[in-house]
Amino acid sequence: MANLKTTFAGIECINPFWLASAPPTNCGEQVMRAFDAGWGGAVWKTIGEPITNVSSRYSSVDWAGQRMMGLNNIELISDRPIEVNLAEIAEVKRRYPKHVVIASLMVESRRDVWHEMVKRAEDAGSDGLELNFGCPHGMSERGMGSAVGQVPEYAQMITEWVKEVARTPVLVKLTPNITDIRLVARAAKQGGADALSAINTINSITGIDLNTFTPRPNVDGKSSHGGYCGPAVKPIALNMVQSVMADPASVLPMSAIGGIGSWRDAAEFLLVGAGTVQVCTAVMHYGYRIVEDMIDGLSQWMDEKGFSTLDDFRGLSLPRVTEWKHLNLNYKIVAQIDESLCIGCDLCHIACWDGAHQCIHTDRVSGPVDGHVEVHRKPMEAVHATMSSIAVTRIPKMDPPAVSQGHYKAPLARIPRVDETECVGCNLCSLVCPVEDCITMKEVPVGLAPETWEERTAKLGIVEQC
Amino acid sequence: MGTAFTPHAGITARFPELKPALTPQAAMVEANRCLNCFDAPCTAACPTHIDVPRFIKKIASGNVAGSARSILEANVLGGSCARVCPVEVLCEGSCVMHHRAEKPIMIGRLQRYAMDNFYGRGLQIPVRQRPELPLRVACVGGGPASLGCAAELRQAGVQVTVFDKRDLAGGLNTYGVAEYKLRVSESLREIEAIQSMGVEILQREIGLEDFAALEREFDAIFLGVGLGEMHRLRIPGGDAGVMDALDLIAGYKTGEILSVGRTVAVIGCGNTAIDAAVASKRLGADEVHIVYRRGPEEMSAFGFEYEHALQEGVKFLWWRQPIALEAGTLLCAETSINEAGELVVGEMRTQLTAEVVVPAIGQSPLAEWLSSVKGIQFAKGRVVVDRATGATSHAKYFAGGDCVNGGREVVDAVADGKRAARGIAAALGVMEVAHG
Ligand SMILES: Cc1cc2nc3c(=O)[nH]c(=O)nc-3n(C[C@H](O)[C@H](O)[C@H](O)COP(=O)(O)OP(=O)(O)OC[C@H]3O[C@@H](n4cnc5c(N)ncnc54)[C@H](O)[C@@H]3O)c2cc1C
Ligand SMILES: Cc1cc2nc3c(=O)[nH]c(=O)nc-3n(C[C@H](O)[C@H](O)[C@H](O)COP(=O)(O)O)c2cc1C
Ligand code: SF4
Ligand code: SF4
Ligand code: SF4
Repeated sequence: MANLKTTFAGIECINPFWLASAPPTNCGEQVMRAFDAGWGGAVWKTIGEPITNVSSRYSSVDWAGQRMMGLNNIELISDRPIEVNLAEIAEVKRRYPKHVVIASLMVESRRDVWHEMVKRAEDAGSDGLELNFGCPHGMSERGMGSAVGQVPEYAQMITEWVKEVARTPVLVKLTPNITDIRLVARAAKQGGADALSAINTINSITGIDLNTFTPRPNVDGKSSHGGYCGPAVKPIALNMVQSVMADPASVLPMSAIGGIGSWRDAAEFLLVGAGTVQVCTAVMHYGYRIVEDMIDGLSQWMDEKGFSTLDDFRGLSLPRVTEWKHLNLNYKIVAQIDESLCIGCDLCHIACWDGAHQCIHTDRVSGPVDGHVEVHRKPMEAVHATMSSIAVTRIPKMDPPAVSQGHYKAPLARIPRVDETECVGCNLCSLVCPVEDCITMKEVPVGLAPETWEERTAKLGIVEQC
Repeated sequence: MGTAFTPHAGITARFPELKPALTPQAAMVEANRCLNCFDAPCTAACPTHIDVPRFIKKIASGNVAGSARSILEANVLGGSCARVCPVEVLCEGSCVMHHRAEKPIMIGRLQRYAMDNFYGRGLQIPVRQRPELPLRVACVGGGPASLGCAAELRQAGVQVTVFDKRDLAGGLNTYGVAEYKLRVSESLREIEAIQSMGVEILQREIGLEDFAALEREFDAIFLGVGLGEMHRLRIPGGDAGVMDALDLIAGYKTGEILSVGRTVAVIGCGNTAIDAAVASKRLGADEVHIVYRRGPEEMSAFGFEYEHALQEGVKFLWWRQPIALEAGTLLCAETSINEAGELVVGEMRTQLTAEVVVPAIGQSPLAEWLSSVKGIQFAKGRVVVDRATGATSHAKYFAGGDCVNGGREVVDAVADGKRAARGIAAALGVMEVAHG
């Protein structure tokens, strides 16, 4: 049975699943319920001088009937007094000594103020500190949050101030709203940070109300740019975490954040080197209960793969991410359609014709030839043929039974075929196909030794140009 | 011709809609489920080739008016068809979802959602930008075939007059289709919309003697007269207690028949028989039997119509042929198939109590009087046409709908009418109207 225990920057964790600093960790009562549900740790909603929030505060992007593909907020840090938050941290730690509580902090950029805050948080019993250098709205206008996180020098300076007094591990939470996230990661490491967490939310405007012309969320007829998170940001977070973990000058224990909602997402972040993962939006959507399958699913997968601890696979995918110039140019794959699974939607056909390389055809027989090129029926010709066809309602008694249209479930005329000599192996059709495993990409031997672009240009004596 | 009609409250109450309207939320969920197939098989299966994914994705994008307009572009009776089409054997029957272990997309109900929204907002059927032409076409019969033809001709700028002999236009769409699918008032609402495209509809029966005048006055004549009377039940016992299925259906739909007897026997097992049997139940009959001289495998009703009748409590007597009717009792003989494959009447007799006997054994062709319209060819009682253009053997006459196809569905009649309109336009030298 897989063991999910881990040690993160010296902190013992019963599992790698933490709640991110956000509404789900607003108060002690919530955090204790979360621990009861199975969460291994919680990063407290950022503590600092209490602020006043606006209403409304959230907006979201729905996609094809699915709610909250992405969530946006213009909420600030905790609106509760510092002493109340700290008293509750103490209470939680007293009742849940094995669970991790990290105090997320954000205060005025003054050395004495930071010193004071760090001491109070640690006295309350928190297991570590997370410096919120990431909040992209409101706080940044006051010289805090991403105003710090976007300037490597400030980030380093404040990290140094904190490390002067901190007795527990210090995590620096990185903002993605910067051209190269590694610059701040390096600064944090320089400043003595023990660990990193990434990413915070991404600057965004989710949409505009087409009746009022006001962007969302609407605060009395106006809006402000907010921080984007949820499933939509996962690929961006995965890339940023990977780039930090692959950079020797940045690398530190990483608590990965951004669009994590299932054990699969968690496994992916662990594969690029994360030590723990943090979750916000998925809990805001479905509640603390989602952690049950995160634990169960990850354990099941680890058992199937033969991993007994998280360290067995942590970072396993890092060496598999490389620069483009190191990819093998002589590797060729082509699309293959499994006719017995095809439902005849012809989405691969139109995707390939309009969005790729015109090599998936619905004319089952080879067309006329122009030189060495096959001439195929163009998509709209098929549509015109359909529109001018004569179709009638089949009445059981009046019409002979339908003639069999081939031995697949879709009529043969609707099952496209791939011209493998033209297919460039781009994957698009296999991405649009609505049937699992119906289009697979098959390797075709080209009879050439592997060769990268770097090797090829070196051989030809071409100077790298951009 | 008037469309004034007051529904009978009692009938409305006894024939609640079989498939109620989708709520906006349900429509959105369903519209999002559609895969947006390319050159979609549902579109190919629809006789009028409504671009199904196009109208469905317009619902998903919140462009419901545009959705309705794209339906109307292909099928001017899109509102009726959404309710009356046997979608199981049409669009929904060919939805790719069947192969994906999912329920097919509810195309009919989404189509209704868009059309209800359209008419509910009082929107008008858009007419293309084109010059008004000095060409006149007469449509004989005011059912779906003629309406489909008339609307398409108006889109080309042709002047159209529709003649129908009944009080209300719409043909069987108004007088025949079961009330729990489509109400008379809904059929009439659509006809008003077609009238406001500039189609003139007159209540007048066109007799043989009128065709010469029509030919002088009009550049082309479309025949959309449908089928004739219901075949008669030729058994001893006379006509007492016998009510033709079409009369029963038209009677209750217009509020003129409010009850049938306690016991009813419907003869025949096509879709009309099912409609008559279910209507009898709804009108208060305790015992309704469908008497059919063959077995369930041979019935011409759609499977889902048969299932519906079972649910309504209709009973089926297979392999029985009525041979006499006397004082509320129907005498039936047992039938079977002999070795030569012929239907034979056996010795066994069954008595069935039936205060009312409703023959539903098919409509007779109108051939008798139509075949004498100069040189128009008929085969098996149907007008012979070129299917792509609706052209008959007489250059001035075109035809479509039940009188051509022998009796199919509303959507087939609309499709026939639309093709004939294009055939007429081409024959009259009008520029090709856009496909759609
Ligand atoms: C009981 C019943 C239930 C049905 N249910 C459904 C259903 O649920 N779904 C579905 O899709 N289809 C259904 N149908 C079939 C559908 O109604 C027909 O296929 C369709 O109406 C045919 O259209 P049409 O225009 O060809 O003929 P009709 O609808 O029959 O219209 C012909 C019109 O021509 C008029 N006419 C005839 N001769 C003359 C003349 N000499 N002068 C002037 N006017 C004339 C008639 O009065 C009539 O109004 C049903 C049919 C029946 C009988
Ligand atoms: C409403 C809301 C409030 C947040 N408040 C804070 C905060 O006070 N401090 C902080 O460090 N991050 C804050 N975040 C950012 C989250 O901790 C987290 O970094 C981000 O939401 C990405 O994770 P996710 O995709 O799982 O939501 C907040 C996020 C949301 C949605
Ligand atoms: S996308 Fe997939 S299911 Fe659709 S036609 Fe292509 S291969 Fe078949
Ligand atoms: S008109 Fe009828 S067959 Fe055509 S798409 Fe609409 S419901 Fe389906
Ligand atoms: S076949 Fe089904 S899924 Fe495909 S476009 Fe038509 S309704 Fe949508």
